[in-house]
Amino acid sequence: MEAISVPASDHGLDTRRRRDRYGDVALKWTTALAAAGSVALIGLIVYKVVDGAQPAFSQFGISFIWHRTWDAVTNHFGALDFIFGTLYTTAWAVLIGGPIAIAIGLYLSELAPRGVRGVIGSLVEMLAAIPSVVLGLWGILVLGPVVHDQLGPWLNTAFGWTPFFSSRPDSGSSLFTAVLVLTIMLVPITASISRDLFAQVPADVKEAAYGLGLTRWEMVRGVLLPYARGGLISAVLLGGGRAVGEAIAVTQVIGATTHGIDWNLFDTGDTLASRIASQYQGAVSNLQVGSLFYLGVILLVMSLVVNFVAQTIVRRYAIERAH
Amino acid sequence: MEAASVRPSLKAQGRARRRLLTNRGTELGATLAAFGAVAVLAIVVVNVVQRAIPALNVDLLTQVQATFGESGGGISNAIVGSAIIVGLATAIAVPIGVLIAIYVSEFAHEQVRRYVRLALDVLNGVPSIVIGIFVYGLLVTGSGQAAWKASFALGVIMLPIVSRTTIEILGLVPSEVREASLALGVARWRTVLFVVLPTVRGGVLTGSTLAVARAAGETAPLLFTTSIFLNAVVSDPRQAMDTLPFTIFLYSESADPNLQRQAWAAAFVLMAFVLVTGLSARFLLARSERKLRGG
Repeated sequence: MEAISVPASDHGLDTRRRRDRYGDVALKWTTALAAAGSVALIGLIVYKVVDGAQPAFSQFGISFIWHRTWDAVTNHFGALDFIFGTLYTTAWAVLIGGPIAIAIGLYLSELAPRGVRGVIGSLVEMLAAIPSVVLGLWGILVLGPVVHDQLGPWLNTAFGWTPFFSSRPDSGSSLFTAVLVLTIMLVPITASISRDLFAQVPADVKEAAYGLGLTRWEMVRGVLLPYARGGLISAVLLGGGRAVGEAIAVTQVIGATTHGIDWNLFDTGDTLASRIASQYQGAVSNLQVGSLFYLGVILLVMSLVVNFVAQTIVRRYAIERAH
Repeated sequence: MEAASVRPSLKAQGRARRRLLTNRGTELGATLAAFGAVAVLAIVVVNVVQRAIPALNVDLLTQVQATFGESGGGISNAIVGSAIIVGLATAIAVPIGVLIAIYVSEFAHEQVRRYVRLALDVLNGVPSIVIGIFVYGLLVTGSGQAAWKASFALGVIMLPIVSRTTIEILGLVPSEVREASLALGVARWRTVLFVVLPTVRGGVLTGSTLAVARAAGETAPLLFTTSIFLNAVVSDPRQAMDTLPFTIFLYSESADPNLQRQAWAAAFVLMAFVLVTGLSARFLLARSERKLRGG
């Protein structure tokens, strides 16, 4: 290696020094450029998506957000149905999946025997690795019929008095099927973050609780959950962010027809992401393409806000802990 | 028995009994939740394998899609397309991702480091469908679809995964390694490239493998960049190609049982690939962390 060879003269030493100085500067700036590129990339994404939405912006303005027609014939487009669909399915997925995921986190950090812990943890994380399109295929051909034939009628009989299950499903494609698929996607993400959070709780705090004679559950309720509260909120938010942005699997199982602000989970629906995905080859007019981009802008803002809030909570939480 | 009734009972009663039962109940609940998640994984995998088996044959891997209405045919062009597109995406994302990681962990000031990491987290949180329309607006409008445009989109998705894993693993390299090299008079850039970087080869490999597993299953960006293609094996990245995720997406909405069978077969191939790469990434990560933590 050059680095070891003794320079023959001062002249050689000089060139090496100069080369090394150039090398340092070059490497520093090449890597800095790449890092700046990643920041610029976010700017470019925002710019391009907003730019694509321009035709719809100038036609509908901000009222696009609360209009609910989507008609390619009369060229009237609005986002309200899809915003509702996104928020409604995500809310249910978070409501069902959040507690399950936190429970899994608790099992993995507190209950699981040492030998089983790693295996089950890995299996739960593998659930997150299943491609969404495969989960969607399973959702439409396996889960859909189950929802239509068994789960749907049963839930309708038991909870038909609530607005959520007020009819039997007409087909396997429904908001409910989408909620189940989203729940399956959200659980492993939130579960593995929760497990890491619980693992960070200092052992002496837990032992102090046990020393007072608390049962395991009382220790969890009194020590673990309050201790990890901030982190748990952002773990659930990050899972919710995944549900908000999921396009493919939802497109496959949700039925792609909206009924407006419709609380009945056994009706079909549509979300921002699934509407964009399902119209990938069907957009005819400039205005319709612009409207799809507009949906993309709304989706981007929603997921950026969710992620940003989650990250901020995590960071503040980490800083508080450090003190 | 007489004597026992005199002694105080050791069984929990009243409040204590209630506390014990609550505890048992919640423990059972948490255990069920964990095994429920594993059961869902098992059900999905078993369903895919079961339904894919009847369609798995040599034709599937060597033929292109049968013309409409005919039976048979295969997904060879989708397999080739996915391999080329993901391969190209890796070639784009890995070098840039590693450069970013080097900057963050070797050069940047604390403040800058925080911003770049935040940017990577934000980028990781952008929904893939938005990446899809972004690349559509940036590259596809006007000039049409092409495989390399899909690779670009997947590269954007892979970038934060590669960077973040590499940053984590670079953080594990003991500073003595850098100091020893610098103390010997080795220049900074040589230290970084020839001393520090080789010690984290395993970590870079892990990050790349994780990113490949994620990108191979992405469908949304492909809809806008490579969804209109010839029914043949295409190897020119300037043309659009069929891909496994898109095949599954398209066939899953079909009523034709032959196409549905092929969708299951394609799902089997894709899932096997993704799970195997994911598992090997986990294995590699464990190994390189063990090495760096002084194994």
